[in-house]
Amino acid sequence: MSTSDAGDGKPTQEEWDRIAGSRQFQDLLAIKRLFIVPALVFFLLYYFLLPVLVGYAPKLMGTRVFSTVTLGYLIALSQFLVGWLIAGLYLRASAKFDRLTRDILDEVQLGHGGR
Amino acid sequence: MSIPLMVFLVFVVMTLGVTYWAAMRSRGASAYFAAGRRITAWQNGFAVAGDFISAASFLGVVGLIALQGFDGFLYSVGGFIAFVTILLLIAEPLRNTGKYTMGDVLAYRLRPRPVRALTALSTLTTILFYMIAQMVGAGALVTLLLTGSGINYNVAVTGVGILMIVYVVFGGMLATTWVQIIKAMLLCACAVVLTLLVLHHFHFHLADFFSAASQVSYHQSGIPVVRDFVQAGLRYKPPHGPLDLVSLSFIFAFGTAGLPHVLVKFYTVPDAKTARKSVVWAMILIGSFYVMTSVMGLGAAAIVGPDYILTHGGTNMAGPLLAHALGGEVFLAIVSGVAFATILAVVAGLTIGASASFAHDFWVNVIHHGRERRHGETVLVARMSALAIGAISIGIALLLGPSANVGILATFGMAVAASANFPVLVLSIFWRRFNTTGAIAGLSVGLLSTMGLLAAGPNVMGIDPPGAAASVRHLIQATPWFPLENVGIVSVPLGFFAAWIGSVLGNEPTAEARFNELVVRSHTGLGAEQASIH
Repeated sequence: MSTSDAGDGKPTQEEWDRIAGSRQFQDLLAIKRLFIVPALVFFLLYYFLLPVLVGYAPKLMGTRVFSTVTLGYLIALSQFLVGWLIAGLYLRASAKFDRLTRDILDEVQLGHGGR
Repeated sequence: MSIPLMVFLVFVVMTLGVTYWAAMRSRGASAYFAAGRRITAWQNGFAVAGDFISAASFLGVVGLIALQGFDGFLYSVGGFIAFVTILLLIAEPLRNTGKYTMGDVLAYRLRPRPVRALTALSTLTTILFYMIAQMVGAGALVTLLLTGSGINYNVAVTGVGILMIVYVVFGGMLATTWVQIIKAMLLCACAVVLTLLVLHHFHFHLADFFSAASQVSYHQSGIPVVRDFVQAGLRYKPPHGPLDLVSLSFIFAFGTAGLPHVLVKFYTVPDAKTARKSVVWAMILIGSFYVMTSVMGLGAAAIVGPDYILTHGGTNMAGPLLAHALGGEVFLAIVSGVAFATILAVVAGLTIGASASFAHDFWVNVIHHGRERRHGETVLVARMSALAIGAISIGIALLLGPSANVGILATFGMAVAASANFPVLVLSIFWRRFNTTGAIAGLSVGLLSTMGLLAAGPNVMGIDPPGAAASVRHLIQATPWFPLENVGIVSVPLGFFAAWIGSVLGNEPTAEARFNELVVRSHTGLGAEQASIH
């Protein structure tokens, strides 16, 4: 078990810069951004909808949907479903992130003489 | 011997067994702080749930719903939703770029000493708030749950404190993780049984359940009232209620993602992919648990009734009283025992989080410039600081006594995490231009504005009617300067703004140059800490 010391085969600054600038890595970032940014924006908007509506439109949120169940309660419950849905979609999308990451790492190791 | 005490003792014996096992196989810093990074995805998911669902959630949230209906349920939604932020933004980059603490990520490309010193300060502040709330809560619970067993507040606080010290000092992160896993399983099982008992009470007719919850009758200042607990508005009333609720949501959405003791859990898994899966496991558990709190809380309101709850121990007792009403003495005993297990698992997690930050961030990296003078010094210092943190927490909890108004303290900790820790963590991972000046500005403005606004707000300032109970008395008897109980809507943007303006004003070419390294490492795991090989 080794703790990290200088000179243990970690990439140099030039190598980090080269990977950061490479097409493959930029593609990985772009494809991640394409999922994460909309997912995050949607999730935050959807989540903040709940306190804003409950706080400022309590009448609307008190509308009974069935029996005595209110719209507010259903929107609150839907937050859990939306959270799980985002998690599921993210897991699915991340299979592709992992594949692209492996390609980048393979390339780097080849550059090191296939260590 | 009473049954709750027996349930609790069974848990204690089991967890001490785990601690012994962990102590036998735990060698070296990575074993002590990160369980050798060999925890699997489901295990870490359970451990994160066990770390996060504190007694405040289990007892507090069920109680809030039982007394304030739907508005209390918003706490459940907020507690869950925080993990989406962790999943999308924090868990994987954190695992890939850090080693033992949140400070590692910040110190990666910034000047390590000032950044780590401030991170350690905000970590210890956050954790101390949480810890005191848990310890006093534990002691207060005992006086209610174990009446007649001969265990009083002082014995309970000291006992919980000593057990947590034993887990952490001898068993490190491995023992803490397993204590949390066992507790999460017990807690989830309890919640499922209690939820089923509530639904069974209404013969599994959801319409009957909701109609009972929509006409809860109780007394308000001596006058009998009937209220609809499925409707909003029992807690957040005008003029400031709505804005307070939005402000609270800021703390929920971003606070958990800055909680140091939750973040360290992501170092215990072998790689970023496992960290990601473990967040999803935690989301399944925490989400299901919080959905059930609405059934338990509304059930307590409909079946037990707010009047009875308030005269038999108050908000925190809603869940146990419901268990008593539906499952009798034995089930009450089991739920009470699990409530203790919950507190114990959470304080152990807090202690290891705090001791890691003190030993790794402050002692080794700030005081000794990142070099261990002796092999194993970091772990030794962490063990000693765990002992000290435990002793200090016991001392403060004994000093405050069971009637102290501590419910607000956990929210304070979360507010510091959202306003100081979260902004700098996110900017350091995602913003090239971020630098040391920005980190110092963000951390200090986030910390100070949170503390200042909280101190000037209605949590601390307020004029009590003569004869108000000590547990609800305001610290400063004056009209509050800041109108909101929750400061997130001001302090979170302030933390971000300060971090931004600091970065723009400061100039640190090295921090920008090393961003390439950080970004490649955070996305690919190249050069990330490896799991230990046994």
